[in-house]
Amino acid sequence: MALMTEIESSDIQPPSTNGAQPSAVLEQVVNLGATIGDVRCEDPYVVTESVDVYYGDNHAIKDVTLEISKKEVIALIGPSGCGKSTFLRCLNRMNDTIETARVTGKITLGGQDIYGKELDPVALRARVGMVFQKPNPFPKSIYDNVAYGPRIHGLAADRAELDDIVHTSLERAGLLKEVIDRLDEPGTGLSGGQQQRLCIARTIAVNPEVILMDEPCSALDPIATAKIEDLMDELSHDYAIVIVTHSMQQAARVSRRVAYFHLGLLVEVDETDKIFTNPQHKLTEDYITGRIG
Amino acid sequence: MESGLKRRRRRENLFKLAGMLATAVGIAFLGVFFANLVANGASAFEQTFIQLNVDFTEDVISPGGELDLVYADFDGLVRDSLRAEFPHVSSRSERRELNKLVSIGAGYQMRDMIEANPDLLGSAQLLWVPASATVDMFIKGNIDATLDASLRPLSDAQISWIQALQDSGRLETRLNMALFTNGDSREPELAGIRGALMGSFYMLIVTIVLAFPIGVAAAIYLEEFAPRSRWSDLIEVNINNLAAVPSIVFGLLGLAVFINWMGIPRSAPLVGGLVLSLLTLPVIIIASRAAIKAVPPSIREAALGLGASKMQVVFHHVMPLALPGMLTGAIIGMSRALGESAPLLMIGMVAFIVDVPAGLSDPATALPVQIYLWADSPERAFAERTSAAIIVLLGFLLVMNLSAVVIRKRMERKW
Repeated sequence: MALMTEIESSDIQPPSTNGAQPSAVLEQVVNLGATIGDVRCEDPYVVTESVDVYYGDNHAIKDVTLEISKKEVIALIGPSGCGKSTFLRCLNRMNDTIETARVTGKITLGGQDIYGKELDPVALRARVGMVFQKPNPFPKSIYDNVAYGPRIHGLAADRAELDDIVHTSLERAGLLKEVIDRLDEPGTGLSGGQQQRLCIARTIAVNPEVILMDEPCSALDPIATAKIEDLMDELSHDYAIVIVTHSMQQAARVSRRVAYFHLGLLVEVDETDKIFTNPQHKLTEDYITGRIG
Repeated sequence: MESGLKRRRRRENLFKLAGMLATAVGIAFLGVFFANLVANGASAFEQTFIQLNVDFTEDVISPGGELDLVYADFDGLVRDSLRAEFPHVSSRSERRELNKLVSIGAGYQMRDMIEANPDLLGSAQLLWVPASATVDMFIKGNIDATLDASLRPLSDAQISWIQALQDSGRLETRLNMALFTNGDSREPELAGIRGALMGSFYMLIVTIVLAFPIGVAAAIYLEEFAPRSRWSDLIEVNINNLAAVPSIVFGLLGLAVFINWMGIPRSAPLVGGLVLSLLTLPVIIIASRAAIKAVPPSIREAALGLGASKMQVVFHHVMPLALPGMLTGAIIGMSRALGESAPLLMIGMVAFIVDVPAGLSDPATALPVQIYLWADSPERAFAERTSAAIIVLLGFLLVMNLSAVVIRKRMERKW
């Protein structure tokens, strides 16, 4: 069932891996066998089955099986270099841009194999949006930033509809009031928190089904972070959100389920309350209490 | 620690001094070069003119009532007016010397006047006509009047006439418009760079139309779409090499392929443009690739994440951000092409062309080649014109490079 995919070139580097962990710990993980907790869920929408990711010879993601349902927020946590960003980027095939990356296994979105012939990566990425760690608005006006996605996918029949989409997206991102009178100004002129909300508005403007967030608040101050966490709460009513985060407090605040990664293995998956109060695996407990990572 | 700090500081100061010295030496060389250039060439922007009272006699210009522009003896009219000016000049040799004071272009000037305005027929006009190159050189102080008569090109009589004309206000130096309005000529006082300028202009048009789109497209393909493999490495090495190949080799290529095999007319700006575009192509490709590489990956990722296709990422996001760099590279490549002469010599643009080219297939020459041709001439008057033409060429290069800097500054966007 392995699906080999050769990837094209780019100059985006894969996330760097951490230094070597003590081998005793590694053995413990290898002896683990299966992931602790419930990888399955009700009403799964994004399903990964035995996914492996290699960066050249580096085995970054090892045999991960996980189901994500349609309207939940799931947080991926783990120490640096454990593969959470790599896993996240598999879900919208952003690993395609890395030359040395190789993905095996099966990933489906609503039943469709995302590496299959029927699903064009371009169409996939319109359904699975992504918000990056460092806010990256286009060097265009705020309006054009948000309107770019709808424009290229032909989501608006005329200017009025496009205006509507832009205004709605900005409002849902909690940014409209602040920028309503300067939509023609460059997006790069906003503050960090505003830029990240602009990126979120840009992502939801194409009406995706899943939103992937790669440490969206790590470059922001606490107030901006709080605003974005509130936003995530609202968005979770309509979209599946997969968030990678270094902050366990954030994971505890925003997510319903938490998945703990360690050195490319999915160690434990469970509901947020359970995993933070009563972690099953020693590695999870060590990470949560701050002994590792 | 203290002595270490002192040593480091001294070394830094020495290094700064060395840097300043090197810059000063460079500027000194440039200064000497420019000073020499201007000293030699500034005088060429002025030309001596003589005022003549010319009678547009009907009998001579339109014998039998019909205007005869081809065979009418306009030179005769010039001679008549000179004789009227100096009536005591009688012997044939003296009269010849007198006539030599005025350029042969005077006759052509009068013909052009009649052609433009036939109503002048029968009238007497006060005209300023160009003096001959020898007179011009004398006025500019390049001929030593104290030398023995056999050692200088002007006789004592001629010098006295020149004095007389000057005293009566009928000889003066004016702006040398002929330098910019005329094509090349055997007579220095009539020689101009217009033919060379137009030739260079047509060639640059061909160069930019060919080299820029092809270069940019190649750079985009090599950077964005081509798979990294042995082939792409080989291509990159070859392109870098091509940028360093001596330009005369491109001229040989042009001779063999464009002129011999494809049969394009020799000396045409079309061939020159084709050869120069081959020269400029590697420069544009290298500059464009660097500009594309400089676009941050975060912008590309953002666009891809929204579901943009590769083409859309390239044309909506990468190109606009890389454009200033591409334009700068193109302008720098063009200014290099403007100054090339070796490849053009190979394809025959070294001929003596007097007519200003009107199109891409008319025989033409280019400004650097014109400079080379004039530099070859032993006449003193051409020496100063060579320097003047160099000043004009440097002026164009300066404008082009300045505009490259300005474009880069203005189009720089922050991301």
